[in-house]
Amino acid sequence: MGRAVTSEQTKFKPGDRVRVRTDDRPGHIRTPCYIRGKIGWVERVYGEFLNPESLAYGRDGLPRRTLYLVAFNQADVWEKTAAAKDKVLVDIYEHWLDPAG
Amino acid sequence: MSESHERDETPQDHGHDHPKHELSFYAKRIYAIRDLLLEKGVITEKDIQCQIEYQEARSPANGANLVARAWVDPAFKTRLIGDPKAACAEIGIDATSINEFVVLENSEKVRHMVVCTLCSCYPRPILGRPPDWYKSFNYRQRAVNDPRGVMREFGLELPDDVEVRVHDSTADIRYLVLPVRPKGTERLSETELAKLVTRDSMIGVMDALPAVPTS
Amino acid sequence: MPRGHHDVGGLLGAGVIDQTEHQLSDWEILADAVNQALGARGIKRTDEMRRAREEMDSATYRELTYYERWIASIEAILIEKKILTREEIDQRQAQFESKWGEP
Repeated sequence: MGRAVTSEQTKFKPGDRVRVRTDDRPGHIRTPCYIRGKIGWVERVYGEFLNPESLAYGRDGLPRRTLYLVAFNQADVWEKTAAAKDKVLVDIYEHWLDPAG
Repeated sequence: MSESHERDETPQDHGHDHPKHELSFYAKRIYAIRDLLLEKGVITEKDIQCQIEYQEARSPANGANLVARAWVDPAFKTRLIGDPKAACAEIGIDATSINEFVVLENSEKVRHMVVCTLCSCYPRPILGRPPDWYKSFNYRQRAVNDPRGVMREFGLELPDDVEVRVHDSTADIRYLVLPVRPKGTERLSETELAKLVTRDSMIGVMDALPAVPTS
Repeated sequence: MPRGHHDVGGLLGAGVIDQTEHQLSDWEILADAVNQALGARGIKRTDEMRRAREEMDSATYRELTYYERWIASIEAILIEKKILTREEIDQRQAQFESKWGEP
């Protein structure tokens, strides 16, 4: 279950521009390759969750990580996009995000 | 040789299987695994039976009932979007085992579509098991970079001024699409409305079914 | 590092989506139930199962059907946690196969 947090407590707030990190490391990663290195913005703060990268190896998943709903313009993710307004939205953990300014 | 309980039958034999000796390697293997787990007391027969029954009680009808209620009752719709698990409880749907549940409201100008590119995450406690196509590599590959092409295959063609928002459920959030209420359905009862809400419209690859013309 | 074989979002070359649906076989229903029962008992987490599938041989991953992948990962996790051994699974499977007859 997610643990609720308020925006004041989180590193990123709705509206913040963020870049997805391009870390290339082994293990159980829930940040898909297609979105790494892309720039989007925070739509929602979902709360704090146990870290799947740790849970996947039988560990306790602590410390909890803040999970964000991050939106991207499709045009910024793919070379060819069908429609300019379209978006792709991905649930991403805080340690995979950097500020994009 | 240890005494095997030789439990090689399933509690519900629907007769959908080929004879067991014709099953694939892994299909046979699950019977061996199950038998050993029961023998060692890791799980019980009741555990297995409970899970089978739990799963059979879940189907798209749950989601259709939520959607139909939201269409006829704006206050319920607000509650559904604001606290989906509580709204489920209101109409007798057990959503307690879902971690986090988010309802995505479609409109004339916005359509949502849900995928899990990394595996096959799906709101099972509400809708039951996902369809085979949702779990397929083709859907998982194309949903994020060609959602309009996918929708076209399901019969939905959208103009460019409609925004398509694809959600990749990579974490514990499970998404349900709230489709647009079809035009000309003002006279329909909630039960009749629920019949227009297909499973695929709650995944977002198509809209709800149109009202059947009466004349 | 190469992309994991499960990380398929956006890969090109995907074809038309096959919309035919199959009714689950008894063994698939059983695999589903055993998986859920192990989770309900706190013996394994979904994250561990996903990781087991990601660690699978890539050719095997693409060849197996959905529930076959689940069964392979159930086995991998149970062995990893020393709840079962491969040998005893092999042995029990062989016992059942001799009871069921030759294909």
